[in-house]
Amino acid sequence: MYEFDYHRPGTLDAAVKLAGEADAKILAGGHTLIPTLKQRLAAPKLLVDLHAVRELQGVHLKDGQLVIGAMTTHAHVADSALVKAHLPGLAALAAGIGDPHVRHRGTIGGSVANNDPAADYPSAVLALNATIITNKRSIKADDFFKGMFETALAEGEIITHFSFPAGIKSGYAKFPNPASRYALVGVYVAQHGSDARVAVTGAGANGVFRASTLEAALKGNFSAAALEGKSVPADGINSDMHADAAYRAHLIGVMARRAVAAAH
Amino acid sequence: MSATGIGAPVKRREDFRFITGKGQYTADVNRHGQAYAYFLRSPHAHATIDAIDYAEALKMPGVCAIYTGKDLADDKIGGLICGWMIHSKDGSPMKAGAHPALAQGKVRYVGDHVAVIIADTLAEAKDAAEKINVTYGVLPANADTASAMKSAAVHDVAPDNRVYDWHLGDKGATEAAFAKAAHITKLDIVNNRLVPNPMEPRAAVGEYEEGSGVFCLHTTSQNPHVARLVLSAFIGIAPENKLRVIAPDVGGGFGAKIFIYAEETVCVWAAKKVGRPVKWTADRTEAFLADAHGRDHVSHAELALDANNKIIGLRVKTTANLGAYLSTFSSSVPTYLYAPLLSGQYNIPAIYAEVDAVYTNTAPVDAYRGAGRPEATFLVERIIEVAARERGLDPAQFRQMNYITQFPHQTPLIFAYDAGDFNASMVKALELADYKGVGARKADSAARGKLRGVGFSSYIEACGIAPSAAVGSLGAGVGLWESAEVRVNAIGTVEVLTGSHSHGQGHETTFAQLVSDRLGIPIEHVSIVHGDTDKVQMGMGTYGSRSGAVGMSAISKALDKIEAKAKKVAGFVLEAADTDIEFKDGKFTVKGTDKTIDFGSVALQAYIAHKFTGAQLEPGLKEGAFYDPTNFTFPAGVHICEVEIDPDTGVTRIDRWTAVDDFGAVINPMIVEGQVHGGIAQGIGQALLEGAVYDKDGQLLTASYMDYAMPRADDLPNYKLGFTETRCPSNPLGIKGCGEAGAIAAPPAVINAITDALGHENIAMPATPQAVWRAAQHAVMKKAAE
Ligand SMILES: Cc1cc2nc3c(=O)[nH]c(=O)nc-3n(C[C@H](O)[C@H](O)[C@H](O)COP(=O)(O)OP(=O)(O)OC[C@H]3O[C@@H](n4cnc5c(N)ncnc54)[C@H](O)[C@@H]3O)c2cc1C
Repeated sequence: MYEFDYHRPGTLDAAVKLAGEADAKILAGGHTLIPTLKQRLAAPKLLVDLHAVRELQGVHLKDGQLVIGAMTTHAHVADSALVKAHLPGLAALAAGIGDPHVRHRGTIGGSVANNDPAADYPSAVLALNATIITNKRSIKADDFFKGMFETALAEGEIITHFSFPAGIKSGYAKFPNPASRYALVGVYVAQHGSDARVAVTGAGANGVFRASTLEAALKGNFSAAALEGKSVPADGINSDMHADAAYRAHLIGVMARRAVAAAH
Repeated sequence: MSATGIGAPVKRREDFRFITGKGQYTADVNRHGQAYAYFLRSPHAHATIDAIDYAEALKMPGVCAIYTGKDLADDKIGGLICGWMIHSKDGSPMKAGAHPALAQGKVRYVGDHVAVIIADTLAEAKDAAEKINVTYGVLPANADTASAMKSAAVHDVAPDNRVYDWHLGDKGATEAAFAKAAHITKLDIVNNRLVPNPMEPRAAVGEYEEGSGVFCLHTTSQNPHVARLVLSAFIGIAPENKLRVIAPDVGGGFGAKIFIYAEETVCVWAAKKVGRPVKWTADRTEAFLADAHGRDHVSHAELALDANNKIIGLRVKTTANLGAYLSTFSSSVPTYLYAPLLSGQYNIPAIYAEVDAVYTNTAPVDAYRGAGRPEATFLVERIIEVAARERGLDPAQFRQMNYITQFPHQTPLIFAYDAGDFNASMVKALELADYKGVGARKADSAARGKLRGVGFSSYIEACGIAPSAAVGSLGAGVGLWESAEVRVNAIGTVEVLTGSHSHGQGHETTFAQLVSDRLGIPIEHVSIVHGDTDKVQMGMGTYGSRSGAVGMSAISKALDKIEAKAKKVAGFVLEAADTDIEFKDGKFTVKGTDKTIDFGSVALQAYIAHKFTGAQLEPGLKEGAFYDPTNFTFPAGVHICEVEIDPDTGVTRIDRWTAVDDFGAVINPMIVEGQVHGGIAQGIGQALLEGAVYDKDGQLLTASYMDYAMPRADDLPNYKLGFTETRCPSNPLGIKGCGEAGAIAAPPAVINAITDALGHENIAMPATPQAVWRAAQHAVMKKAAE
């Protein structure tokens, strides 16, 4: 770790001001950022810890939307009665992230801002067509994820909340990497009227993506049977020592079927 | 049996300290004024070091010193050694390349030690390291075992990268057996490379006391006395009487902490140079890069059967990767710890094994839980299983047909198995595993779209290493006896000083059980002292499941002497001849009378010495013993693994695990079960999850837990354990040893189960979901074609 200054502002305004300074970095759960610092892979001058900004915490139901604060931990989302009632697939996803330590520190805001190509949450945000709300603006999920570890966020921009459509049918199935237990392949499916959105994490060479062939198959028939024998083409799919593109492409089909079967 | 005696499931006395965070590990040792060492490591697998410019780094804040290989050479500090000489077929000695603690002119693997930076804080040492400018001349790297002999030389002394080409067994007799074989089974086998991953990474605190001229090294060692011997006699830090080595609480070793490494050597040497204690603690990445790895064999095996399906011959050709340098015991692992076990539990009249050991640009490879025996067992139990299937025989029956049944049994490869009942373990295991129900369970799995398979492993291994003269004749640089000293205090409490070292095994409990049992005193009155060369005179440490069979035998021998002396004291007190004194349940009694005195009172009498004169008897009650075993010990057993595979994803779930082991006499069944559980977990890890992967440039791709899969609780089944017992005839306690059995037995059981489920004969370890899915696809296609 290199030396840095540490701030723990109590209001969003103060946090925004600090985050706007040169070489500032936002600190949420720290489960990605702190290891990066320890390995000397990043050298911010100042860390802005968001834990004291109350308004970024918690889950609310508002106008048919499930609004989740950026600093809400995975454990909180997993256990939230509201999330379980209105988007059980999302609660299940959160319950399957890492281990209890990780789930009690890691936050939805940190996970989505980081946009790790193997993280779970980006698939839910994209498939549920959520809105990412920042201190400056609202961003549609389709416009947010820009490739591995890349998002539409500007320097110093802070995610404050996520707005998910409540009460639609959705589900998630994850095939964990045997070592890290991040997603080797994770598929989130959501029914939007007669349409379906299917988002795949862990497998895309450019991070999370929507699987149009699977969405087309589910259109008007949101059932596992509709996906029988369907998958995605292997090109554009990640190949590494854990899994090659053909196996990942196959798993996308399997996980998509399981996600639909699990959806409610 | 008393509640704390031999055979009692006494709770581990050390666990309260560990579980409440009160252990004292090397990283807990902090000395006034200590400085921190940081090692600058090679980013290249193979390169010349053309220049090291550290002038700017030396000026960085907090920096005390920066040293390179040149400083070690200038101080005449010797290189690290390999303590077991292996000779090639032509009688020439193995080709040992120089192994300086800090590189001299060349780096040979990613993580090799280029320089040490010593500073007031670790952060300052790291800051300074970033300012060091090393000019490398990058050379082609070779990281692949199978092709190593055709690649660029790692050491000039071995132009073809061959450390030795060694063999064992009767080639002629084996060829003759194959010539008359009715059936020959052939198999190519890779034993994957593993990173040991003890929970506590390595650490060292080196100190030098100017007044006395004594060095002290706290280190994470499984054998502090061997470390002192090597650091003194070979590396030249200081004579033994001026060097104290302490291995305090050590958080797991699995072999990786047997060896004498660069970092520990440099810390103790540098403490005198900088005039301050020097501390180093490895981080996990350093552990991945620079702890000695395990296994890494590529083999071809052939098994010859006669027309009655009796095994008549086995031939094996193995290439063993020893990495970039010869680590402390590396040369012995793929030779004498491996090949002599190739007879397994079977009556095989002729065996011939050839082993080429090779250098590669990878971390050194040395003993890892099981050390050679898992490699042998995997090979034997895989080819046996395949042969049974090729012959259409039940794999259990085929094994039973070929078991050794008469003991002692001289195998064609060195070992004389002294005792065992292999069939008893098999019969019990078949019953515990409900082998009869396998067919129904397979059908049930199939109905759910799953594939079920059963795999056997009928292993034998050699522990209790080892008779010193025997290993000496095979090239060992040391004897493998053990020492013990039993010090009885004046009121009858006891300290036992042992040369064994506990780093998870529970010696503070099991060793105390032996003493409590023998002396009839409460276990609380017994303390076990180990791990400090200033307290324990000499010892050979803990590895190879030797602490029970060898270490406790030494204690037992010392206790014999204590008893003999105590009887003399009791004789004076009770006014009887010592030959008339009986000792039972902690009481000395004059035979046939009610005249009696307890152990504590005898101890007191020994020290106050009022009842005898100095001419009659020496005061005091303290005895030492060295115990040199007369044979290896041979734990053996049968493990049966039952898996269910999801053909859609390739995920293998272990549904059942049955293990029936014969460890001879058992001191503490709870600890033994724990050792079996842990061993199986590591074996399952090897079979399903773990694998160190280097890319073709010699970069370690699996250098963290993000990429190196360790077994977790939910990867493991519940174990069903059973025991059979044939006492070991070669040591006084009848102990065979249990520390490595699980890790030795498990891998072939898993792979045999997977291949049974898939109807496919080979699958490499680790059998990842991807690999299993591919094999399942293949099996489905094969079936469709039929
Ligand atoms: C052992 C382990 C296992 C894990 N397993 C999984 C897994 O299975 N699946 C999975 O998806 N994840 C997994 N994770 C990651 C974990 O879920 C964290 O959520 C993730 O690391 C990021 O969240 P965080 O709150 O820790 O963010 P931090 O590490 O604090 O921050 C991450 C990045 O996001 C930025 N950031 C944080 N909050 C905001 C914000 N509100 N606005 C803008 N930028 C922000 C930070 O500046 C930083 O760049 C694992 C992590 C560990 C350590």
